[in-house]
Amino acid sequence: MALEREAQVPLARPAAAFRRRTLADRESVLGPLMLAPALAYVLLLVGVPFLLAILLSFSSATAGSLDFTWVGLRNFARLLADPQFHRALGNTLRFMLVSQALVMVLATTAAHVLDAAFVGRQVVRSLLLLPWAAPVALASMAWVWIFDSTFSVVNWTLKVLGLLPGWLYWFGEPGLATAAIITVHVWRMFPFATVIVLAGMSAIPQDIREAAVVDGAGFFRRLFHVNLPMLLPVVTVAVLFGVVFTATDFSVVWLLTRGGPYNSTHVLATLAFQRGILGANLGEGAAVALFLLPVLLVAAVAMLRLARRAEVGT
Amino acid sequence: MSVRVAVRVAKRVALYAAAVGFTVFAVFPFYWMFLTAFKQNRDLYVGATNLQHVPWIFNHPPTLDHVRLLFFGTPYLVWVKNTALVGLAVVAITLLVAVPAGYSLARLAGRWGERLGIGIFLTYLVPPTLLFIPFARVISLLGLQNQLGALVLVYPTFTVPFCTWLMMGFFRSVPRDLEEQAMIDGYSRLAVIRKVVLPLAVPGMLTVVIFAFTLVLQEFVYALTFISQVERMTLSLGVPVALVRGDVFYWGSLMAACLITSVPIAVVYSSFIDRFIAGLTAGALKG
Repeated sequence: MALEREAQVPLARPAAAFRRRTLADRESVLGPLMLAPALAYVLLLVGVPFLLAILLSFSSATAGSLDFTWVGLRNFARLLADPQFHRALGNTLRFMLVSQALVMVLATTAAHVLDAAFVGRQVVRSLLLLPWAAPVALASMAWVWIFDSTFSVVNWTLKVLGLLPGWLYWFGEPGLATAAIITVHVWRMFPFATVIVLAGMSAIPQDIREAAVVDGAGFFRRLFHVNLPMLLPVVTVAVLFGVVFTATDFSVVWLLTRGGPYNSTHVLATLAFQRGILGANLGEGAAVALFLLPVLLVAAVAMLRLARRAEVGT
Repeated sequence: MSVRVAVRVAKRVALYAAAVGFTVFAVFPFYWMFLTAFKQNRDLYVGATNLQHVPWIFNHPPTLDHVRLLFFGTPYLVWVKNTALVGLAVVAITLLVAVPAGYSLARLAGRWGERLGIGIFLTYLVPPTLLFIPFARVISLLGLQNQLGALVLVYPTFTVPFCTWLMMGFFRSVPRDLEEQAMIDGYSRLAVIRKVVLPLAVPGMLTVVIFAFTLVLQEFVYALTFISQVERMTLSLGVPVALVRGDVFYWGSLMAACLITSVPIAVVYSSFIDRFIAGLTAGALKG
């Protein structure tokens, strides 16, 4: 009986016997229809502005007027001859590489700490997340105050410990300003990386870890031959996001130093803002920002490869 | 034997020391916000060259003056209202756009769903830094400078891609059988979505609401580019940019604003972070 009915399903379309098919059943229409608003948003408000950014970089457009004069590669040529731009490009890479290197070391260590069992682990874990979760502009202001030239608690503490003979003007010297910016980047990004690495660690099958212990592998042996290789994909994700977030960051540098002292700490994002918005030279600003594209492309390709791996894996 | 015990004790000590070290590093700026927000000015503005005055503690009784000034002497409450308005509008748009798109990618788009989903997710990597200059042009063409509408229009560009991706993952985890069963019972696909799938997806949508809202609260570049009028600012723009008198910051009130704004967000956000991380690492963990 049951078999008979089932066999009839594709032929007789029994649903029609109860109810007429309407638009609400036509998945070939429904699918695109439900997807359309999101696609439209992304195409119109990410795709179009992105193309506009490229167009603007070949123009002498200014914020005040509506003219749009094609100037070819002149913006790029001027930038390549501009020492301030070189500095900003170098800073972007330097801040990104140094802070990500520190973040990876700190995050792997912190993840190992949090992976161990100890009293108060949950509390520590949720406190560690605070820097990542707090709004970056507000957290940056706390650091501006911590590194204040007159009231810096860092200076006071170093003085009391007898470690500081002179005085540190954090935002007055290029080297110190760089250190301050990198500190804030590391502070903000390491919790995020820690949580990602921790998620990766709990995904390592327990029997593999135990097998390594049984085979007599020591701590470093386990770290370098078992844990780190197994963690590689997930650490890659953490690094990729970290790279994208620090390379494109605007708020930290802008609020800490405004690119100062003497324009020594500008990154591409702040220089683009200075030239394009404050200086009203949209064309040049757009050209500066476009130099971020290679970083983003590398990150995107790496993500795609990871995603493809996962697709094959399932 | 005693060596072994010593090693074990040393390990525990190192573990706790590391845990304390990381916690202090992470929490210190928040502790500093707290101290500054409630210290009296004569306790606050003592130069760091005075080594007798310990800045790490309250040397005078704490005060609520800075908080009072923040609420009644600055536009802080206006910024709270603006942020809430923008946040609500962006959350509504994000839900309306991302939830159907997530379902469509998970169930209806077939082979293309996966690729389109990854494509949409990748636009999350296109940062505001790259787009604020063309947007400055677009916003001025639309006559939206200094309007909250500019933020409502632009913020979904980063909430929609990520939330679509989150919802796609969420809908995939709903068992297909449930939906097929309901359709055999005579429901249309749309009715299935409304009566079966959406109720199951409530936790996913809650995550979307939290993330869209916190991303709005975190945003700084677009707000700085589009808004210059103090009464139209949002919290993350107004607090760092407009809480100054001439060149002088009111540090007490400023840190009170940072504390009162960040801590609730941080607490809510951290309780959802696992889902967020699961979304980001979906690829790498499966592989």
